Amino acid sequence: MSSLRKTDLKAIVISLIVFAVLQGLISSEALDPFWQLNIIVICINIIMSVSLNLINGYTGQFSLGHAGFMAIGAYTGAVLSVNFHMPFIVGLITAFVTAAIIGCLIGLPTMRLSGDYLAIATLGLGEIIRIVIMNVNYVGGAAGFMGIPKSTNFAWAFFVMLFVVFFIKNYVNSSFGRACVAIRENEIAAEAMGVNTTKYKVLAFTVGAGFAGVAGCLFAHTFYIVHPSSFTFLSSFNYLIMVVMGGMGSITGSIAGAFILTTISALLSDWPELRMSIYAVVLIALMFYRPQGLFGNIEITSLPIFKRFKGGK
Amino acid sequence: MSILLEAKNISKLFGGLKAVSNFNMTINKGELVGLIGPNGAGKTTAFNLFTGVYQPTSGTLSLDGRSLLGMKPSQITQRGLARTFQNIRLFSELSVLDNVKIAYHTHLNYNLLEAAFRFGRYIKQERQIEETGRELLKIFKLEDKADEIAKNLPYGAQRRLEIARALATHPQLLLLDEPAAGMNPQETNELMDMISWIRKEYALSILLIEHDMSLVMGICERIYVLEYGSIIAQGVPDEIKKNPEVIRAYLGEEA
Amino acid sequence: MGIMDQFLQQLINGISLGSIYALIALGYTMVYGIIKLINFAHGDIYMVGAYIGFFCITIMNWPVLPALLVSMLLTGILGMLIERFAYRPLRSAPRISVLITAIGVSFFLEYTMMYFVTPQPRTFPSLLDDAAYHIGPFIINNQQIMIFAITIILMAILTYIVQYTKVGKAMRAVSFDTETAQLMGINSNRIISVTFGIGSALAAAAGVLVGIYYNSIDPLMGIMPGLKAFVAAVLGGIGILPGAAAGGIILGIIEALVSGFISSTFRDAAAFAILILVLLFKPSGLLGKNTNEKV
Repeated sequence: MSSLRKTDLKAIVISLIVFAVLQGLISSEALDPFWQLNIIVICINIIMSVSLNLINGYTGQFSLGHAGFMAIGAYTGAVLSVNFHMPFIVGLITAFVTAAIIGCLIGLPTMRLSGDYLAIATLGLGEIIRIVIMNVNYVGGAAGFMGIPKSTNFAWAFFVMLFVVFFIKNYVNSSFGRACVAIRENEIAAEAMGVNTTKYKVLAFTVGAGFAGVAGCLFAHTFYIVHPSSFTFLSSFNYLIMVVMGGMGSITGSIAGAFILTTISALLSDWPELRMSIYAVVLIALMFYRPQGLFGNIEITSLPIFKRFKGGK
Repeated sequence: MSILLEAKNISKLFGGLKAVSNFNMTINKGELVGLIGPNGAGKTTAFNLFTGVYQPTSGTLSLDGRSLLGMKPSQITQRGLARTFQNIRLFSELSVLDNVKIAYHTHLNYNLLEAAFRFGRYIKQERQIEETGRELLKIFKLEDKADEIAKNLPYGAQRRLEIARALATHPQLLLLDEPAAGMNPQETNELMDMISWIRKEYALSILLIEHDMSLVMGICERIYVLEYGSIIAQGVPDEIKKNPEVIRAYLGEEA
Repeated sequence: MGIMDQFLQQLINGISLGSIYALIALGYTMVYGIIKLINFAHGDIYMVGAYIGFFCITIMNWPVLPALLVSMLLTGILGMLIERFAYRPLRSAPRISVLITAIGVSFFLEYTMMYFVTPQPRTFPSLLDDAAYHIGPFIINNQQIMIFAITIILMAILTYIVQYTKVGKAMRAVSFDTETAQLMGINSNRIISVTFGIGSALAAAAGVLVGIYYNSIDPLMGIMPGLKAFVAAVLGGIGILPGAAAGGIILGIIEALVSGFISSTFRDAAAFAILILVLLFKPSGLLGKNTNEKV
């Protein structure tokens, strides 16, 4: 099982190479500012989709309120930077903690619900979070919160994303993750195996919410402003679509889903209406021809080609 | 002999319907007890009451002298009462080994951070359950299928995996809900041997629901007969075979 | 104006708004009842209905009633086409796939419409004079009377169809148990199609009425009311027709009262808060029955 650690090390080395290449492209200005920004957005969206996958894909609890937790993190981070002049890392950690606490408070009562009821309840709670923020003048109300320092650069976004991906990958490959998957597969049998289903559902929801908060904090410090309209249920749909497109229960899939959708969206940004129509058609086509998503529940590390590439197990 | 499970005057009402009424049962340590009765008699309801899926409307229930009332199914499993399901409830999209690993859940005590950062305790315990899990599968002749997806197993193998999975929770008392359902006679015979063997090997008590009379009469030491939610007879197999109440319940009034 | 008068006035406003929600919610609940799909595109069907009504009235210069009927007819057909081409092929697919498809259809309707009519809101011509009548303590204007009248008529027709016609009986049968209904010789695909048609027609009526009531329509107008209507359906007990009607009216009244007495910015939050309270304490809705999984 020490091969587990070896796999991790290899993956980290590969990630560092990817980072070095991308950072090189950015520093040498081979990438124009538009794409520099979009690479950061991709990292943020990967955090959102991977953390949502923990809740929706692995634990099978249908959440449609992920953008609400992102909003909490974004505003927490913004307030700490602007009003309290805290260092960025403090903002990120506090964003995690705040979003996780609120996620836990929301998760405790709602995780008793299942299926569509849970979906619609989380959607409603996400909207409530947004509307409450919109009515708090201290954070700018409906006009948005302005003057946030642009602390998020590519390095921050990339390494935070890397941390989150590893955290969640290891989460799902532990007894915690197995408990989640057991709940998804058969809740009654999971209880019969001694899995406290409420506890593990709420835990997954809490951790997922916390990381959405981290993504929100990165997001707030990418643009000069945060605005409640960035966190409607339509953005939650967007993250859900990334997860489903990549494959529920595949981290590789969530990363791919976030990458592809963000890229498409950036490429078509000059034609806003057409972009959404195309997006819709692609989405429907995907559900018709590959409903399990691009990766199903397969990870890239378990594909034969990757194993050979890494010299076997 | 000391009492392991004790159910006293348990009743369960669903709306106005009495699914189980004044149900009394004791199981001693090390005993293998059968629970039989016609369809709809309330056998599975009794299991659901024992395992916390339902709470009794009235009555008391204890395992090893400690009450089980008001506990969640997971807490009852942690106390040492495991079960299988009549309608197989495997984690069907997962591998056979993962099914068993989930059942080791309560015996792992590393925390989330140790898991997320792959500390020593995580590595050690994961390696341990990987090994014991494979050994357990060997006992149930499933070792070749450890990495197969559970839903692709043949029916008999799925039933065996359910039992293996229940055993992995380290129970004192194992409840088997129709373990031989859908098996052919040869498979049933093998199953009987296996049940007898695991009971000795793991010093278990077993309560089983079964329709296959040869299985029940063949291995159970005591039998309870349930009809319309009430126990109508109990005793050793030979007594039960001769009991007129039981014959009437199974064959109808004329017999 | 005293508190009481204000309360009564908000009540009238609430029932008007609630009637709109109820009409949309009926379609939601019928579709959910029959194929267990949260049809997120339903709000956009209502938007399309509003636009068809708008063009009938402005370009064709038709009076309200023909415009309403034509809008209902065309939108009903649109609903059936969507069901036929987007949802039916996925009948045996995982529910998440169908849900995502519904989101896709929703985006498609919104932005394709936007492509053709531009994102700018259109001003609905005012067809009725703004006369208001004092009936006891209430003040009711023409638009509100029209909303009440049309809602009541449509609900009566729907009740008749569902309770007394062959199609209605088949709808209830399919909703109760699709497979058994099929064994009884019911063509469930046809019934599901009819359900979409009726639901969409009701949404179209709501769209036209909203145009007349608020005088403004835009391609994204369906998002919030669609969601609210779903809340209304859950509130009343999803799959139950009287529940959807009652849920819609209750939601409308609550929103009007919150806007009138607290702040209009909290009116959406109030709707969702109520939804969550209902879900937590009676997830099957006000008129629903609780069911448990058999072990």
